[in-house]
Amino acid sequence: MNENLLHRIRGRLLKALHFVTLFIAMAIICVPGLWVVLNSFRPTVEIMAKPPVWVPGELNLDNYRAMFGAVGEGGVPVLQYFTNSLIISVTSTLIAILVGMAGGYAFARYRFKGKASIFIGLMLTRAVPGVSLSLPLFIVMAKTGLIDTHIGLILVYVALNVPFTIWLIDGFFRQVPVELAEAAEIDGCTRWQAFWKVEFPVARAGVASAGIFAFLTSWNEYALASQLTRSTFSKTMPVGLRDFTSEFTINWGGMCALAVLMIIPALILTFLVQKHLIAGLTFGGVKG
Amino acid sequence: MAQVHLQKVVKKYGSLQVVHGIDLEIADNEFVVLVGPSGCGKSTTLRMIAGLEAISGGEIKIGERLVNDLPPRHRNISMVFQNYALYPHMTVRENLGFSLKIAKRPQQEIDKAVDEAAQILSLTEYMDRKPGALSGGQRQRVAMGRAIVRHPEVFLFDEPLSNLDAKLRTQMRTEIKKLHQKVKSTIVYVTHDQVEAMTLADRIVIMRDGYIEQVGTPLDVFETPANTFVATFIGSPPMNLLHGRVTGNEIAIDGGPAIGVPEPFTGKVQEGQKVILGFRADNLMPYGHAMPMESGCAEFDMTVNLSEPLGTETLLFGSLAGKEVQAKMLNPRPVADGERLQFRLDLARCHLFDADSQQALR
Repeated sequence: MNENLLHRIRGRLLKALHFVTLFIAMAIICVPGLWVVLNSFRPTVEIMAKPPVWVPGELNLDNYRAMFGAVGEGGVPVLQYFTNSLIISVTSTLIAILVGMAGGYAFARYRFKGKASIFIGLMLTRAVPGVSLSLPLFIVMAKTGLIDTHIGLILVYVALNVPFTIWLIDGFFRQVPVELAEAAEIDGCTRWQAFWKVEFPVARAGVASAGIFAFLTSWNEYALASQLTRSTFSKTMPVGLRDFTSEFTINWGGMCALAVLMIIPALILTFLVQKHLIAGLTFGGVKG
Repeated sequence: MAQVHLQKVVKKYGSLQVVHGIDLEIADNEFVVLVGPSGCGKSTTLRMIAGLEAISGGEIKIGERLVNDLPPRHRNISMVFQNYALYPHMTVRENLGFSLKIAKRPQQEIDKAVDEAAQILSLTEYMDRKPGALSGGQRQRVAMGRAIVRHPEVFLFDEPLSNLDAKLRTQMRTEIKKLHQKVKSTIVYVTHDQVEAMTLADRIVIMRDGYIEQVGTPLDVFETPANTFVATFIGSPPMNLLHGRVTGNEIAIDGGPAIGVPEPFTGKVQEGQKVILGFRADNLMPYGHAMPMESGCAEFDMTVNLSEPLGTETLLFGSLAGKEVQAKMLNPRPVADGERLQFRLDLARCHLFDADSQQALR
């Protein structure tokens, strides 16, 4: 009897410990984000206060009002930055996904010469820190006249994302049994139709997750964008954050407000696509 | 409706040849089973008929049409895969109707064909479920339904039952047989299970290492195996094989008793020839527990090492001339391990193979 009681108590204790640990981990992850959101709603005095003020005394939309206001009064061309970010991120994501799908499918389905080395080569490009490329990139872009253009950044982000999307999509296509495409071909499909009508829908979850990762990488990238963009015509939102720094002061409230505006679309997108991220679509088609 | 002709069909992967120029004629409406151990080239042969593997040499004709280089979609065939290969993102109804939809048939026709197939395979209750929500047997039926909806000229089955549990396998085997009666068509069926082959086939094709070893009706290959491989592959338990040498009117089993040359083979063996004597467990029975034997029989003693009671009969494992030999006991009584019994071997049902070529002597 004692033995059983002991085990039951231990089980409950472990469960409680589990929750506490999880809570602490989540808090560590979430607090910076929440702090940004909180700061965007309060005056600089409170933000800078030492020791920190945890419970805000006053919440207002001043920072947001100023940000959308006239240039002289702390205003920033938010809409222009937002549009730039959107154009660059969406276009580079679409291209990276298309290339990634073609590449990932090829790696998953076909055998060709040098397959392993090409794959490793692609992955190695991820090992190079992006910033170390900023100088050569800057020179190339300057020579080709792509500095301060959407196209310039789009190209850079495609190059940044393609190895990753290929790797991710390759993994998902590997999970799609070859027999599905074969069955489709016997059912009258061409190779092309078999891909789009059967294999692609089954691997859709993988393509969607690759898409999210590519989008978020482009959306959040700062180091390269800060080098390759100059003016409001091409600056992305992360670079726009720098508008809040002036010679002697930093407008933390405004910066946080812009950061919140940056987080929102990413959050919305992730929520929209997350149901595709739930794996398990392939279950049942073949004997598992 | 269609015949299938294979003429000197070869498959190579680089320098590795896996199918060595096989010839096979399959008649219209015939149920042919390709059987053999894994790696024997049976699945490859089926996939070459389907067009999923390119052929490296020879000719394949479906009906009167040469299909060597046609893609699968132009061959008018259906295939049921070992793992079913149902489209997981489509409902059962969509799975069944997929081929007709691709062919851009009118919706009315698709519905009719799908309902008909669902009726035949009693799938009507599950039409709006996805494959993930079906049991193994139901998935198997959907896979067959998808095949029959198109009214193909030839059905190809690639080990369709090997993923099912034993009971369901027997049940589905019967359903496939019934399906063949209902939907008259040519069927090529691949399996490694000789029971499936025996029960389903009009004709069995036994393959090994990319060669066809024998083609014949199930009874043919069971009763007159062409060589020792077929003899041991077809039938359960496998045929007992004992090496020996012809001396006078007898075959001296190496290290065992001498047995009179079975009547059908007198005059077909030479003095001193090395032979292999083959007999099935059904023809070696303990004295008093045997079927009456038509003509001559040989008698000898053997110690029983192990017995497997099966109810109506008991399988006895003994050793004769240093080799394990299986015998059958009808109207069984309990047998103790190590018991010595007198056995009778039905000579009329023995087989003789040449020891060098392994081919049957006839």
